[in-house]
Amino acid sequence: MAQLKVDGQLVEVPDHYTLMQAAEAAGAEIPRFCYHERLSVAGNCRMCLVEVKGGPPKPQASCAMSVKDLRPGPNGEPPEMFTNTPMVKKAREGVMEFLLINHPLDCPICDQGGECDLQDQAMAYGVSGSRFHENKRAVEDKYMGPLIKTAMNRCIHCTRCVRFTTEVAGISELGLLGRGEDAEITPYLERALTSELQGNVIDLCPVGALTSKPYAFNARPWELTKTESIDVMDAVGSAIRVDSRGREVMRVLPRVNEAINEEWISDKTRFIWDGLKSQRLDRPYVRKSGKLQPASWDEAFAAVAARIKKAGNKVGAIAGDLAAVEEMYALKGLLASLGSGMTDVRPAMSGIDPSMPRSAYLFNPTIAGIEQADAILIIGANPRKEAALINARIRKTWRATNLPIAVIGEQADLTYNYEHLGNGFDTLANLAAGNGAFAETLKNAQRPLIIVGEGAVSHASLGKQAGRDTIALAAKLATGANVAEGWNGFALLHNAASRVGGIDIGFVPHDGGVCSADQIGLAGKGELDVLFLLGADEYDTSAMGKAFVVYIGSHGDKGAHRADVILPGATYTEKSGTYVNTEGRVQVTARSVFPPGDAKEDWAIIRALSGVIGKPLPYNSLAQLRAALYAEFPHLARIDQIVPGSAADVAKLGKAAIKTKSAPYVSMVTDFYLSNPIARASATMAECAQMAAGLRQAAE
Amino acid sequence: MLADKDRIFTNLYGHHDWRLEGARERGGWVGTKEFIDQGRDWITNEVKSSGLRGRGGAGFPTGLKWSFMPKQSDGRPHYLLVNADESEPGTCKDREILRHDPHHLIEGCLLACRAMDAHLAFIYVRGEFIRERQRLEEAVQEAYDAKLIGKDNVHGWDLDIIVHHGAGAYICGEETALMESLEGKKGQPRLKPPFPAGMGVYGNPTTVNNVESIAVVPEILRRSGAWFSSIGRPNNVGTKLFMVSGHVNRPATFEEALGESFKDIIEKHCGGIRGGWDNLLAVIPGGASCPVVRGEDMMDAVMDFDGMREKKSSFGTGGMIIMDKSTDIIKAIWRISAFFKHESCGQCTPCREGTGWMMRVMERMVEGRAQKREIDMLFEVTKQIEGHTICALGDAAAWPIQGLIRNFRPTIEARIEQYTYSSTSDGAVPSIAAE
Repeated sequence: MAQLKVDGQLVEVPDHYTLMQAAEAAGAEIPRFCYHERLSVAGNCRMCLVEVKGGPPKPQASCAMSVKDLRPGPNGEPPEMFTNTPMVKKAREGVMEFLLINHPLDCPICDQGGECDLQDQAMAYGVSGSRFHENKRAVEDKYMGPLIKTAMNRCIHCTRCVRFTTEVAGISELGLLGRGEDAEITPYLERALTSELQGNVIDLCPVGALTSKPYAFNARPWELTKTESIDVMDAVGSAIRVDSRGREVMRVLPRVNEAINEEWISDKTRFIWDGLKSQRLDRPYVRKSGKLQPASWDEAFAAVAARIKKAGNKVGAIAGDLAAVEEMYALKGLLASLGSGMTDVRPAMSGIDPSMPRSAYLFNPTIAGIEQADAILIIGANPRKEAALINARIRKTWRATNLPIAVIGEQADLTYNYEHLGNGFDTLANLAAGNGAFAETLKNAQRPLIIVGEGAVSHASLGKQAGRDTIALAAKLATGANVAEGWNGFALLHNAASRVGGIDIGFVPHDGGVCSADQIGLAGKGELDVLFLLGADEYDTSAMGKAFVVYIGSHGDKGAHRADVILPGATYTEKSGTYVNTEGRVQVTARSVFPPGDAKEDWAIIRALSGVIGKPLPYNSLAQLRAALYAEFPHLARIDQIVPGSAADVAKLGKAAIKTKSAPYVSMVTDFYLSNPIARASATMAECAQMAAGLRQAAE
Repeated sequence: MLADKDRIFTNLYGHHDWRLEGARERGGWVGTKEFIDQGRDWITNEVKSSGLRGRGGAGFPTGLKWSFMPKQSDGRPHYLLVNADESEPGTCKDREILRHDPHHLIEGCLLACRAMDAHLAFIYVRGEFIRERQRLEEAVQEAYDAKLIGKDNVHGWDLDIIVHHGAGAYICGEETALMESLEGKKGQPRLKPPFPAGMGVYGNPTTVNNVESIAVVPEILRRSGAWFSSIGRPNNVGTKLFMVSGHVNRPATFEEALGESFKDIIEKHCGGIRGGWDNLLAVIPGGASCPVVRGEDMMDAVMDFDGMREKKSSFGTGGMIIMDKSTDIIKAIWRISAFFKHESCGQCTPCREGTGWMMRVMERMVEGRAQKREIDMLFEVTKQIEGHTICALGDAAAWPIQGLIRNFRPTIEARIEQYTYSSTSDGAVPSIAAE
């Protein structure tokens, strides 16, 4: 611990603290532009200058100077720093004046207005007038792709964007070119950035130089209602803030959650919001004489009830990627009342068996736990596309510790160096048999992290047994002899927000039920009469034969096109829904706007339908539903927490007999930008996908 | 005045052979092994006792700087980095050493490396110095061939020398920007602390020295630190290369003792001021970044570090720019401002934004198209830059203008008045306030 005086107040802070952190510990506020706690220190804006005693006689950048750099006084008095002296005030005013001389006075037309660091700090630390009578510098705007709008006149050269893209996002596509006054932030070649995390530079930019292109001129921050919620675009469950105006979602921003997304979100999470407004199902539809016709809720329910009465227990249900636990619980209850156990939330041919313990399908080491790993093996996953923030966490760990990483499966650019061991199951089997240098690395690792992607356990070309065997081998690798006490390195990386919650509540085949692929197979053969698709669009709808398909969901996508009855539901921004992320963390979204038109919350639709068919579910409100849910599955009541899976179960899994010989692994996310119905309805995402496809083509 | 026998750079004008043989004839590479054998502390103490102050401009005691290097290596190698990126306008001494006495430098590298337990020295040569680099490379090769340096050399201290060629940016002469540039990155100064002696090139302990500081070390050791410190006045000892450019009769680079009077130096080496001493207007005493001093103040000036400080300027590198009364002093300082604006790296705010602002105000003042109150404003802007930047370029850009305003304020005011008087009835003089 180091002692020092901040503005005369004695504080004790850890040795590694900077002067800025020490000042904050003492309650003194220090303005800053370039400093960001998750990026490297640049020290170039000079806004955080403070006066020190026991150091150089000049004002010092408090973001860059450590408390240990200060010397105690001649009689051992603690060193002193001042944040409110005339020297500091003059330094701040000077820097602020310099920042403003070439900054355009276009706040009224700037999208950053109202949430601009420069604006705020000019009010707090600047002077009222300008003494600059020369012409202001003009800088050409740069093209950075469909997501980031640039107004480079406003740039103050803090280089946060450059540091973010090179350090966190792992692309070297932004830089500072030129020198002196002519220095410019540039994407070098005027090409779109290729990162899945690029939107974060919009938040990082302290001024309006980098703003959101889709959001341009749409709203002002003070007219937005802010709702704290959870993202469902992938199984990570990033913390988000949904900003809405009236009935419209205007934008999505990240919230800080150290355990999951730190303070970043992926581009899909951030720019999806225009998809919430288009292709929406806003009224029920019933297929009459081959065509979907608008109908009332009563007509739609009657049509469904009529078919269900005839079907007996030949009723199935598949939940899609965005389904919340509540509606799956209700749908499961409905099917149970009909005597059917044909429910599934897993992709076709999943190796995750309903009989497996919870730790077999969780990201057990947790996302924050990635930072403790000392060796990583990625099996059949492309985390950059499937869970961009988990990939960022791996990169962060790799940058800090340079740990060995190996990949079995698709050889993609993951933004860190790894050893590519092979493409399929045989490589994994070989590794598990102890062959190769990386097997040695894993054996010696105390905290090995084995990430198993859905591409290695749930893929039609694999078959269920290969998936099960992959899990067994991965479990074996995760439980070597040297593994540290309390470390569970088996990590299943899901792609969909609904998956873990669905498996948790048993929305998987039971009581002789069949899996999603078999349900579709039965439907094709005419042995399944009614099939519920709960926002399920990622399945082969052409193979469903003559089955009566009821689509409950929000968007007119693949499932709705095949449907015989459409019951319009709510998206994640329009309902309070429980989601369990890939770690097993229970989180709840919040409603920020109402569903459009006649659309209702999904659980309520199912509850209403159950009444129409004469088998009412035993709850009339969301609170009652949740009470029943929590009584049956107590761990879901523990919001924001993880009930960990047991490491012993993983060890047991690893002992299973292996039957598979070989099978190739493929990544499940073929197109990052178009992986769910909301994304497919978003024009922004479509533009990104097109651009990414063009880049891929150009590369080939 | 310096006696011929006390000269260190005996081939400054290239009249003799610059190669190894010639260097040996003039006393180079004599007794080097004995110095090395006496160990690092002896060398450092000898340099400390000689009172040698860094010749690159800041005047930091060289021996003291060397003693900042870790005494015990923690496993990281130590480096010597010789700054041959001589770009300061008015300074042209290092190039003469590289051209005509390169073996002084190479021998100095060996001794300095012994004094800081380094086995690798980098010499970063300015981009524009092409012939100089070629000659230095040749001299280094000679030293390798003669086994004076390299692995298992005759001196018993392994040393490799890497000559690195810069790309010609002024800022790369700043020691931390020099390291960045050497590492292949953009030449932008680093934040200090950590200082180079703790974390320098590639994160290893590094000492950065000027060419001249290193090149004089062999002679200091040969003739003893006491000899060196007997020249000049206390705290400002030894011989120094001076460069005089501008309005003197014979501009020259020459070696002279510190502590001589300005007048004597100019008379002896440069044949006096063009048009006589009454014609002297101003002197920039140590390279473009030093504040300008009025001619009449220079009459009794002593040319060394303390002597120039008394004149509220700085001795810098000893590169004097002499201006006689034909000079437009405002335009001269504007030109220096333009130089610093062009060479600012753009990393930190005050320098990036301030140098352009200052240059533009100066541009107007050259014409007189300004308000008198803007003189004070300009002075304040220089104060807002000075001391607020990462490196010293901000200070260097501010000082010439401060010197101008301190010493030539009446000239600026007269220029502004003249511009106002010569305005015509249809308003040729734009009012600044109305713009």
